[in-house]
Amino acid sequence: MSKKQNGSHRHADVLATDPDLPAVAVDPQQAEAEDRRWTPAKIALWVGVALLGGIAWTILAIVRGETVNAIWFVFAAVCTYLIAYRFYSKFIERNLLKPDDRRATPAEYKADGKDYAATDRRVLFGHHFAAIAGAGPLVGPVLAAQMGYLPGTLWIIIGVIFAGAVQDYLVMFFSMRRGGRSLGQMAREELGVIGGTAALIATLTIMIIIVAILALVVVNALGESPWGVFSVSMTIPIALFMGVYLRYLRPGRVTEVSLIGFVLLLLAIVGGGWIAETAWGAELFTLDRITIAWGIIIYGFIAAILPVWLLLAPRDYLSTFMKIGTIIMLAVAIVITRPEITVPAITPYATSGAGPVVAGTLFPFLFVTIACGALSGFHALISSGTTPKMIEKERQTRFIGYGGMLMESFVAIMALVAALSIDRGIYFAMNSSAAATDGTIEGAVAFVNGLGLTGVNLTQEALSTMASNVGEESIVSRTGGAPTLAVGIAQIMQGVFGGSGMMAFWYHFAIMFEALFILTAVDAGTRVARFMLQDSIGNLVPRFRDTSWRAGAWICTAIMVAGWGAILIMGVTDPLGGINTLFPLFGIANQLLAAIALAVCMAICAKRGLFKFLWIPALPLAFAAVVTITASFLKIFSPVPAIGYWAQHTAFKNALAAGEESFGTAKTVPAMEAVVRNTAIQGTLSIIFVVLSIIVIATAILATIKAFRNGGGTETEDAAVASRIFAPAGLMATPAEKELESQWAAVEPGRRPARTGH
Amino acid sequence: MSVPQVLHRARDTARELAWLFKGVMGENAYQAYLDHHERTHPGGPPMTVREFWRDKTDRQDANPEGRCC
Repeated sequence: MSKKQNGSHRHADVLATDPDLPAVAVDPQQAEAEDRRWTPAKIALWVGVALLGGIAWTILAIVRGETVNAIWFVFAAVCTYLIAYRFYSKFIERNLLKPDDRRATPAEYKADGKDYAATDRRVLFGHHFAAIAGAGPLVGPVLAAQMGYLPGTLWIIIGVIFAGAVQDYLVMFFSMRRGGRSLGQMAREELGVIGGTAALIATLTIMIIIVAILALVVVNALGESPWGVFSVSMTIPIALFMGVYLRYLRPGRVTEVSLIGFVLLLLAIVGGGWIAETAWGAELFTLDRITIAWGIIIYGFIAAILPVWLLLAPRDYLSTFMKIGTIIMLAVAIVITRPEITVPAITPYATSGAGPVVAGTLFPFLFVTIACGALSGFHALISSGTTPKMIEKERQTRFIGYGGMLMESFVAIMALVAALSIDRGIYFAMNSSAAATDGTIEGAVAFVNGLGLTGVNLTQEALSTMASNVGEESIVSRTGGAPTLAVGIAQIMQGVFGGSGMMAFWYHFAIMFEALFILTAVDAGTRVARFMLQDSIGNLVPRFRDTSWRAGAWICTAIMVAGWGAILIMGVTDPLGGINTLFPLFGIANQLLAAIALAVCMAICAKRGLFKFLWIPALPLAFAAVVTITASFLKIFSPVPAIGYWAQHTAFKNALAAGEESFGTAKTVPAMEAVVRNTAIQGTLSIIFVVLSIIVIATAILATIKAFRNGGGTETEDAAVASRIFAPAGLMATPAEKELESQWAAVEPGRRPARTGH
Repeated sequence: MSVPQVLHRARDTARELAWLFKGVMGENAYQAYLDHHERTHPGGPPMTVREFWRDKTDRQDANPEGRCC
């Protein structure tokens, strides 16, 4: 036990400020006074926010009309986020993290002008948001919509406030205090070799499953869709062109090339429509799912070994551009069109667990189906990576970490609204597996009307009209969430731009938007996983540590691609439907990673001696642990075949042993054998995840107890360095911050330690 | 406010937004590097635009960043 912590002022001697310069931090007492001064205008504002939020929640949760307007989802979400940000995140800041703006951040004391560069808080917010937001918050809420609108809305909003945003904020802050160390490194330091190694293996396997299931979402969106296949494959030459442009023609013109890329992307979407209508185009680009899956596997391997500048970097620019633009556009469109939602608040599937989209009851499966948007473990990898190396001042982590995650949660709410706004019959026809609908319009109508849902009467005409409106051959059993969301977005957008004639364009625009994120995540995920694997193998064969060694890089890339590729092919060929059996595994994996991250945060808080407020990370950790461990146990031990992987495995095995030639939705012996094989893999993965996570959580609890007995623990933060720059903490500068900013502006430029930006 | 003032303010806001957008896209990286270079190593010449962006993507090659799901 070396130094113990006693609040943030223990470095007072080191943190003496330069007498020639203005203060580098707002005086804590002045900031506190500003916070506590409740002017009538301020009181009126917050009472207004609380009232509007309260009315919105009353309409969503208590009033039971025939329909509910989508605008109430927006109000409920935004008002609750504002209150949580203003009060709860500030509570965490004040009592748990205690950031000290007199301390330099890694961006200042390690500044190299490249990786470590102090970046304007608003710019970094955008960067961080673009890195954390992807297809996850768009897909999960769509699948969870089968349980009604209320469970998903409640979980997305409450979950983000007490779990997701807390995780992102804590991980970012602790990583920043440790020079931008990664989650894996922090786990090793805080939890020891066993916990650290388990966390590393868990992260690696979790990445494989996440990449595989994201790829499955794209395959399902593009299968039998010549328009989608053409426009999405055109993103590859567009990205290559952008890469060459940036490297040889006009280096550094990122915005310019992104605009060019965006225009080309729009042409690719429009062109896809023309080409899909020609005989040769339809023939060339109508691909079955297995071919597309192989295409993505080959693409993933090549993209991960090509130099970054050629494909990944330009793709990333394009994806950031689309992400920010489309999300703003969708928010505006929802507010303008305000669709009426006819879905009931809670459907019987929440309690029966017999939903055709994803099997399982509300607890625990709602909480694993909606992972990103409420709580996403993957964010811990981003929050402990690039972002903490670019933070200008410590107090900005609240805005960037907590605030960034609230923004992602809002994206999830918009995705939920889009999915809820489409006709329920069409929703179920699109999201029930082909095993249930036979993949035909007749089969889908018979299946959906046979579900016995009140108020749902699907007609063949409704399905074929919607298919032709969105420019697809068929929309039956387009599982995976992406096509449903695309129909929802198309319906909302056509209300603002272009009318029903533009629906096909908007549908394919939305598909493109999701495919672009996912393919970027596939590239980047494979690359990150390859480096992690190289590092791990490097412990045994030192040569693998050298990441510039071509053969080693190729071998490790091939291993990672084979890992997710095998699961992808398994999902595509699964006789039980693929996404509905695999998606829970995705959510469980993501939440287990969150549990790992929160466990590390809890151990760090305990070592800082902050036992009184340990519940801040412990509460979401306990919830995530209970949810994911229960879900994993159900996946492993449930006797219901639709839920338990091994129950399904045994049922098919027994059927084969009894000499049956068809069982359930598997119509042939090879299909039955495939089910036996797939369920064994899925069941084994469930076991691996849950065992690794229990090890990590247990070591974190042990570390916490040990710290409690000792009244704290070893300091793992970097040494404090005095800061020589100033910047405001939140989106807007407070009066005290404005005052300091003007003092800094008055310092002659030669003496001012420059900030980046303006 | 008079008309020229309004126009002036609108232009400032537009500039600010453009600067913010470029920042989010990552375009300001070279300028940030130049500023840093000027502050810390006034001796040696900084990398040129072309060299800087090459170096940047090479560093990304060696230290991949994750993208979230």
